Amino acid sequence: MGVELLGDAVVTTRLDEAVNWARESSLWPFVFGTACCAIEFMSTAASKHDISRFGAEVVRFSPRQADLLIVAGTISYKQAPILKQIYDQMPEPKWVISMGACACSGGFYDNYTTLQGIDEIIPVDVYVAGCPPRPESVLDALMMIQRELQTDTLKKATKKDFKGRLDNA
Amino acid sequence: MLKALQRTYPKAEFIEKSNTLIMDEKDIFNAVQCAYENGGKLLLDITIVDYLDYILPQSSRFALVYIIRHIDFQSSLILKSFLSEPTCLSVCSIYKAADWLERECYDQYGVVFENHPNLNRILNHWQFEGYPLRKDYPITKGQLCTDSVDLMPAMNARLLEKGIVSQDDKGNYSEPNMDLMFINVGPSHPATHGTIRNFCAMDGETLIANVSEIGYLHRGFEKSCENHTYNQIIPYTDRLDYCSATTNNVAFAKTVEEMLGVELPERAITVRVLVMELSRIINHLVCLAAQLVDMGALTNYWYLYNPRESAYTFFSKLTGARLTNSYMRIGGMSYDLYEGYEEDLKQVMKEIEEGVGTALSLVEHNRIFHDRTQNICCVSAEEAIKKGLSGPNLRASGVNYDMRVSNPYYYYDQLDFDVALGSVGDIYDRVMVRFEEITQSLRIMKQLLGNIPDGAICVDNPSIILPEKKDVYGSIEGTMNQFKLIYEGVKVPTAEYYSSIEATNGELGFYIVSNGSGYPHKVKVRAPSFLAMSAYTSMVEGSMLADAVLNLGSINIIAGEMDR
Repeated sequence: MGVELLGDAVVTTRLDEAVNWARESSLWPFVFGTACCAIEFMSTAASKHDISRFGAEVVRFSPRQADLLIVAGTISYKQAPILKQIYDQMPEPKWVISMGACACSGGFYDNYTTLQGIDEIIPVDVYVAGCPPRPESVLDALMMIQRELQTDTLKKATKKDFKGRLDNA
Repeated sequence: MLKALQRTYPKAEFIEKSNTLIMDEKDIFNAVQCAYENGGKLLLDITIVDYLDYILPQSSRFALVYIIRHIDFQSSLILKSFLSEPTCLSVCSIYKAADWLERECYDQYGVVFENHPNLNRILNHWQFEGYPLRKDYPITKGQLCTDSVDLMPAMNARLLEKGIVSQDDKGNYSEPNMDLMFINVGPSHPATHGTIRNFCAMDGETLIANVSEIGYLHRGFEKSCENHTYNQIIPYTDRLDYCSATTNNVAFAKTVEEMLGVELPERAITVRVLVMELSRIINHLVCLAAQLVDMGALTNYWYLYNPRESAYTFFSKLTGARLTNSYMRIGGMSYDLYEGYEEDLKQVMKEIEEGVGTALSLVEHNRIFHDRTQNICCVSAEEAIKKGLSGPNLRASGVNYDMRVSNPYYYYDQLDFDVALGSVGDIYDRVMVRFEEITQSLRIMKQLLGNIPDGAICVDNPSIILPEKKDVYGSIEGTMNQFKLIYEGVKVPTAEYYSSIEATNGELGFYIVSNGSGYPHKVKVRAPSFLAMSAYTSMVEGSMLADAVLNLGSINIIAGEMDR
């Protein structure tokens, strides 16, 4: 239909715009769910809140196929090297949502077991407050990522300058 | 059990209030053996109490505590012994369930159990130094972990038991005598819920040996409890078994109330039973939904999860939160039922009935479902008891043990419901017992609805319950009362006490050592998921890898409760 409408005309756009448009509409999340927040993520994916309305329902269980890391739940010191490895295995470009109080700051687990925020080891794009956050806030965070990535350019190397506590270890 | 022990050890002191028999250090191993031989077949828990800085002088710093239940499933007994040195004998040879429980004591308190087959850290990571639950370990002293632990030594020990590897004089292991492939399933794997690492030795598709590594969600519940007042602990209990938060609230609040010696008003008890049964249902719903997804039956997920969503809406209206409700308080609960709750609840129950009915119609007579679950990963009744299983997992093996019937608390003895039992303890039984328990819980809720007595929802006691806001702002007594309760907490008289209820996953118990202040000296959770996971290895060895995944779903491991 488009061909008939436009005839021989050529539509031009910036490559960045075309790529960002495609990325925005098909974020593939890897859900690093460990605790209560993972149960609320299940609600986000279930039919009432339905994350597929935002094009992000293709949940991947291999980090190599994902471009959005959703850290849903408490990350303990024991879990930290695994989260770091998962993040490193994701190809660029990639984005990170820190879901819930524990992932953002350790939450009320200010004790010997819990990492006081995942941004000590990996860079975070959007923090979601709540213990656990409601599904609507997760969708909001997703939309924030979608808006943010529209300003990305292909030339930009993302977050290469980030140095976390496990980077030198 | 108690009489036999008292006959054998006439010098042992029995403290009736806390149901504790205090044994001499040199007798404790034999006393546990004696308890086992006299019917104490179910080991509920093993823990250590650190009496450093305790309000009353004690004969030594550490005490070892065994909580044992009789095979009649009614009486229980606590055996306690002070340790002059932090070492004692392992009881693994008597109870299979002791393996992980003793490892936890070693990990958290540094007490060495002699003759234990594999005394390594279990909850904290391998690079951790010190023993965090000792009173002189600072609560905020975290230690960075840079790498995952190598499970090959543990795997070699397991293969040695099976005669697949041999060991030379220097302790080096030989190559396996069969062609094995070693794979990690988890911790970051959809079937292990992000928090369990199973290291498997595979011969083709058959799982020859398995080693499980847990502790990825160890959040220091017990240490945090020691630094908070009793009411501040309620939100922490939400996050134990986060699929049915109110049940944990009740288990904890009930234990503290029994220590205080207060009796709740009728209305409070009825509302507690009502929300607990709804919590049981929604926990089973999420377990079954995830279990069937693991099997490839995705459609069931929507049928089972959507009613859970409506239950969330009900809980939001009632408690202000969807998942982590923090509904209970010591001595009652935070809010009364709201106006029009009955219609909402009836609607939720109707949706649950429909959802469960539809899901059942998809699997009940489904050949694939039967072939994949029947006679897979069976646990006999005897084995299940030895390994400390409880709740639906134990009943699936045909053991008629439900605390709501055997040790009725609240008004369960006046309610009409059946205990769902399995026959062979396979995956099918564990799934079907949960389906039936949903139906029975609905039956209980129907009996309660319309029969909820009027009256108060909290005990009438200003040293436990906060005053009303008009008194806080209107009178000096009210202000002081509020101030004292918030800052100092509910003061619980000095005691050591164990109490438990039938939670969704089994017997959920709290062992609390109080010191007369508003802060507990020690809180230990008897977590059913922890013991279920310790039984996992022997359940799956010899089966196919895909069956092991299903089995993990069928025992419903909730990591928050397992790792605490």
